[in-house]
Amino acid sequence: MKTPSGWRSGDGALWLSTGAVTLTLLLTVTLLVLLGRVGFGHFWPEPLATFTFDPATEQTPLVAARREHGTFALADGGKEARTLLRTGNRDTAAPDFRWIANASLRSAHFDPAAIEIERRSWGPALGLLAPPEAPAANRASLAARQWARLEEALALPSQARTVSLTLYGADGSARPLPLAEVVRAWRPNAMDLGEKLSLYFSRIGAFISEPPREANTEGGIFPALFGTVLMVMLMTVVVTPIGVVAALYLHEYAPQGPLTQTLRIAVNNLAGVPSIVYGVFGLGFFVYLVGGSLDSAFFADALPAPTFGTPGLLWASLTLALLTLPVMIVATEEGLSRIPRQLREASLALGATHFETLRYVILPQALPAVLTGVILAVARGAGEVAPLMLVGVVKLAPELPLDGTFPFLHLDRQFMHLGFHIYDLAFQSPNVEAARPLVYASALLLVLMIVLLNLGAVLLRAYLRGRHRDPLG
Amino acid sequence: MNDMPTLAFDPADSCLNVEQLSVSYDGKAALREVSLTVPRHRVTAFIGPSGCGKSTLLRSFNRMNDLIRGVEVTGQIRLFGEDILAPEVDVTALRRRIGMVFQQPNPFPMSVFDNVAYGLRLQGLSDQRALEREVEWALRSAALWDEVKDRLEASALTLSGGQQQRLVIARAIAIRPEVLLLDEPASALDPISTLKIEELIGQLAEAYSIIVVTHNMQQAARVSDYTAFLYLGELVEFSATDDLFTRPQARQTEDYITGRYG
Repeated sequence: MKTPSGWRSGDGALWLSTGAVTLTLLLTVTLLVLLGRVGFGHFWPEPLATFTFDPATEQTPLVAARREHGTFALADGGKEARTLLRTGNRDTAAPDFRWIANASLRSAHFDPAAIEIERRSWGPALGLLAPPEAPAANRASLAARQWARLEEALALPSQARTVSLTLYGADGSARPLPLAEVVRAWRPNAMDLGEKLSLYFSRIGAFISEPPREANTEGGIFPALFGTVLMVMLMTVVVTPIGVVAALYLHEYAPQGPLTQTLRIAVNNLAGVPSIVYGVFGLGFFVYLVGGSLDSAFFADALPAPTFGTPGLLWASLTLALLTLPVMIVATEEGLSRIPRQLREASLALGATHFETLRYVILPQALPAVLTGVILAVARGAGEVAPLMLVGVVKLAPELPLDGTFPFLHLDRQFMHLGFHIYDLAFQSPNVEAARPLVYASALLLVLMIVLLNLGAVLLRAYLRGRHRDPLG
Repeated sequence: MNDMPTLAFDPADSCLNVEQLSVSYDGKAALREVSLTVPRHRVTAFIGPSGCGKSTLLRSFNRMNDLIRGVEVTGQIRLFGEDILAPEVDVTALRRRIGMVFQQPNPFPMSVFDNVAYGLRLQGLSDQRALEREVEWALRSAALWDEVKDRLEASALTLSGGQQQRLVIARAIAIRPEVLLLDEPASALDPISTLKIEELIGQLAEAYSIIVVTHNMQQAARVSDYTAFLYLGELVEFSATDDLFTRPQARQTEDYITGRYG
């Protein structure tokens, strides 16, 4: 007997399938690494260099951070290597990002007196704590005095900070910087690794926990994170019972025939409807029809200002619940059909009604499948953006949908959403270069958030499955 | 074929009376005009080759056939004189009076205790002490108590196949039915577990009317008092087990028990 060789041996199939898995893994890892490197690299304190330029360019010296390198095609057919410098100071020396030809760069040195200041407006300010031309000893003491003043002021609440800092440019210019404006400041060239790490994590913490500033290009993303989680939870609360009950009807009560089969196919096909269509439906049905009717019935006093007849958290959650309903139904029905007939018969033979059998035997057994449905629904729902733009998500919400004033959960409020926030940063931002790292960081957080939500459901499912696992089977 | 004399019992000694029972699935006949009387507090065995209708007959007694689509039942079955095929009969109440054990052990994925308590709880028994008493009684009756008394809270799925089948029997008798239907209760078990189940059937016959379906003739001979032989949906012969195996009246019975077919 010869072992089969060539195509029949199946080696090809093995290699092909292994290759497919490897490729998928590689792409996933690349995605996460890219998001993490660009997004979370942004929070690392970049070294600030003092650059001088070829006098022919008439460019005054600058304090700047190197962002990236690129090669540009010139009009005459040649190529030129350039460096993207982040110069900050959008208020006094715009633009805050500029491509400079490497050939025109004359010198760069890292001044320990260089400082980066995160401000409430106009983005970061970059500069020096002491004039560049002064004697070294004077510079060091001046920089130390200014830094001490700054640290002292930052310990106070911003309204109580009356003093200003003098910020020097690389060209020797000086300007006052009111300390009331400052959020955070650091001297990247004078920091050791521990200080850098501590700043890095404190900036990431601020990114996660603070509201955005300056048209979302600065500050954090907390409202978007919060809005996404809250909306996904509301969606789950709505979609789970409806999906389970619908699946129970389809599988347990409906007479199995061509009509039910058609219904089932229709439900499955709903999963394939483009999500923006659900958004249009949500706007037309939930917002205008249901919300409008609610307003004229209960909030007539407030009209013409709408209360529920306007996009809001409730309508967004309901729209997404509708969007994820097919997934939920299909997963639950799948679980119901996997329950062995013998268990059903055992219960019925003990004198249980159909309902009692469902309640005590079938549903507990189908619970892991229901949770699979929840996982799929969360994964689908949390990542949706298109329908949400129509039914309740906004670029900037002044208030969180959950707060301390009655009725605490404000279903009528508009809210922020991570997916939309990413879109907004990437396409609607007034300052594309400044927003770019935040796009990546927000995307990574969205991925992490979905992973976390799913992990919770997966663990719950594993627990439910394990409870009565046959140790031999 | 039905001219064969069938056993008659005094009404006081009979539990189920079947008259002219025919069952068909989607127009295909599974049972044809079967009439017989099942004695009370005795073990009655139904034997016959696969597809002879013995399980269909058994499942007619607690109306489990109702669950199958396209089933059609004509004729009459009376339990202690009451018509149980009438449409107004409460099927759940009937199934409490006629318990059933299936071929494959089918404990619920719950604890041992909850399995046995399931039927009791359905009947509204919620007092924990009463439940414990009844569960212990049922497990003792099913000769399982000594093996599981220390692991009542363990999942029933951790028991062996034979233990699971006895657990299922305990679950069935916990609600104290009058009749116990056993559908090939030992066919999925090893010889030692089979022996235990057979011993148990003998003990339970003192309190219950038992009908056991089996394709194992030795088993029928060992455990039953009366045996019915079915073939192709018809009742061929029904007599005392000793008579049926030693002096079969019908040619088909003789062929079957001597192993010429089946």
